[in-house]
Amino acid sequence: MKILTGNDLRSGAVTWWNGTGWSLFVDDAVDVGDEAEEILAREEAARRVNVPYAIEASIDAGGHVRPAHIKDRVRALGPTVRRDLAVPTADKTGWDWVI
Amino acid sequence: MYRYDQYDQAMVDARVAEFRDQARRRLEGKLTEDQFKPLRLMNGLYLQLHAYMLRVAIPYGTLDARQMEMLADIADKYDRGYGHFTTRQNIQYNWIKLEDCADALADLATVEMHAIQTSGNCIRNISSDHFAGASADEVVDPRPYAELMRQWSSFHPEFTYLPRKFKIAVIASEKDRAAMRLHDIGVRIVKRDGETGAEFYAGGGMGRTPMIAPLIRDFVPIDQFITYAEACLRVYNRYGRRDNKYKARIKILVHELGAAEYIRQVEEEFAHLLSVGVEPPREELARIHGFFTDPPFDHFPSGELDPDDLDDPDFALWVKRNTHAHKRQGYASAVISLKPAGGIPGDATSDQMRVVARLAREYSFDELRVMHTQNLLLPHVRIADLYTVWQALDAAGMGSPNMDTIEDIIACPGLDYCSLANARSIPLAQRISERFAQAGRTEVVGELKLKISGCINACGHHHAGHIGILGVDKKGKENFQLSLGGSEAEDVSLAKITGPGFDEDGVVAAVEKVTDVYLATRAEGERFLDTYRRIGMEPFKEALYD
Repeated sequence: MKILTGNDLRSGAVTWWNGTGWSLFVDDAVDVGDEAEEILAREEAARRVNVPYAIEASIDAGGHVRPAHIKDRVRALGPTVRRDLAVPTADKTGWDWVI
Repeated sequence: MYRYDQYDQAMVDARVAEFRDQARRRLEGKLTEDQFKPLRLMNGLYLQLHAYMLRVAIPYGTLDARQMEMLADIADKYDRGYGHFTTRQNIQYNWIKLEDCADALADLATVEMHAIQTSGNCIRNISSDHFAGASADEVVDPRPYAELMRQWSSFHPEFTYLPRKFKIAVIASEKDRAAMRLHDIGVRIVKRDGETGAEFYAGGGMGRTPMIAPLIRDFVPIDQFITYAEACLRVYNRYGRRDNKYKARIKILVHELGAAEYIRQVEEEFAHLLSVGVEPPREELARIHGFFTDPPFDHFPSGELDPDDLDDPDFALWVKRNTHAHKRQGYASAVISLKPAGGIPGDATSDQMRVVARLAREYSFDELRVMHTQNLLLPHVRIADLYTVWQALDAAGMGSPNMDTIEDIIACPGLDYCSLANARSIPLAQRISERFAQAGRTEVVGELKLKISGCINACGHHHAGHIGILGVDKKGKENFQLSLGGSEAEDVSLAKITGPGFDEDGVVAAVEKVTDVYLATRAEGERFLDTYRRIGMEPFKEALYD
């Protein structure tokens, strides 16, 4: 699947395209299929998010969205060395999938 | 230390106001990111993996308690209660909001600090010897010259859009504690026949093409040294490659021209500039010198520690490892370790910063230094106060006796924070330091400088590590190249790669193996680096790959 991500303009926080707006939670990301370019152009113009881009991802057995590249997996939760600062998530698998 | 005059303050205040307006326009959607990016970078504001990151300049690593307290306040007010001290003697905040950034900069300006020229293709923060003004082995205090360079390079209209970023270090001793020859320009202040002058080195650097800067002039009279620096920059600005980002640093120009031809062009430009007269007036250097006079040291007939204090073995080890000879009897410079075993190199909480500020005020004439090794320093501590100081540091988690040991690891933020990184650096540093500390091997191994970078840009100085580790992306997985034999000191050398890389577990084990080889083969008094230089790479490779 293809999902969209960027950083929030005001806070810089990592955000994920949920179909209608930008969410802080990777699990909210939706498959944009072949609409990526159109959405990116529209959102870039709206200037709510910084440098949004499309990435490959998959859904795991638990239904969680998993970005394909390690960099985006680290972005999804926060620094692996400061888990106290992580994005709060209901994902019970913790950090096992990130690295 | 230097204090802003009305011009310094006016420039910084004006820049804050300008940035506030730029940020407002960006937030209102009147600027695109492409338009805004160069503006924010000129003010030290990056966009990293998780958030905006603000890099604050600490000129030549010198600051006072009031400034450190402000850094702590900013960590609490605008960030998440901590900061990260860097290899350029700066501090970075990892979670700054764009909407707060101008306020943070305004707060910094109230204590004569800013984030100007901490990014972009300009002359960056001038770095120096962290023991400057305190060390027994320096010719002079290099900071007045570094400050003059700071003033010259700040907003220099000709050098605001260089081919690439430009880093300068200024030292004034034979010992190199600032990685001087791994800078675009390295300056060593010297005295010859009673006259003060400067040795110039140009074309050093790390990154993807590491090079050691050659000596390009062995003596520039001190009242011409800004002119000479300007000549070096002019030649680079004119002929440095702008067509290829990866070949744009001055080291490539010096290498491609050859040092002799670069020197010839610099000398030609230097002669021209001398005829024009660009050197700041002597009165300005004299004015700056006035800010760097010695604090009111007491006179002590001897400099001995209280024997009772040395009964505490942890303190005795800290004194051995973390204190440095001072130019005045009865004083020492005390290294504040930001490298607790298993900790994040260079990170300090706001509470720790306030402890450090208090200790500086009470025990070090209100002076502090940031070291390029990502530690802090109290430059002027009475030897009689060392035990009290260490107890306070230890209670705050900053009393580890590990300067220049395998626990004193330089590590860039790596893939945990940095958008350029390919692999994580910090977890390796944590695992290695913890492993050696728990095994009680740190002191057995002795001096061993381990440096870790999460990408080829080498912010973690891996090329200059006795042991260096470079993280790379190998088919989507972290992979780590090990290298041996580097040094950033006066015995400067570049580390060589051992062979194929390792995964995370593998590289931690590999570090242990190379230290095993060292311990088994070292001669009396040899550091790891000395043994490597004596026996070469082969015994280490055999241990790693056979």
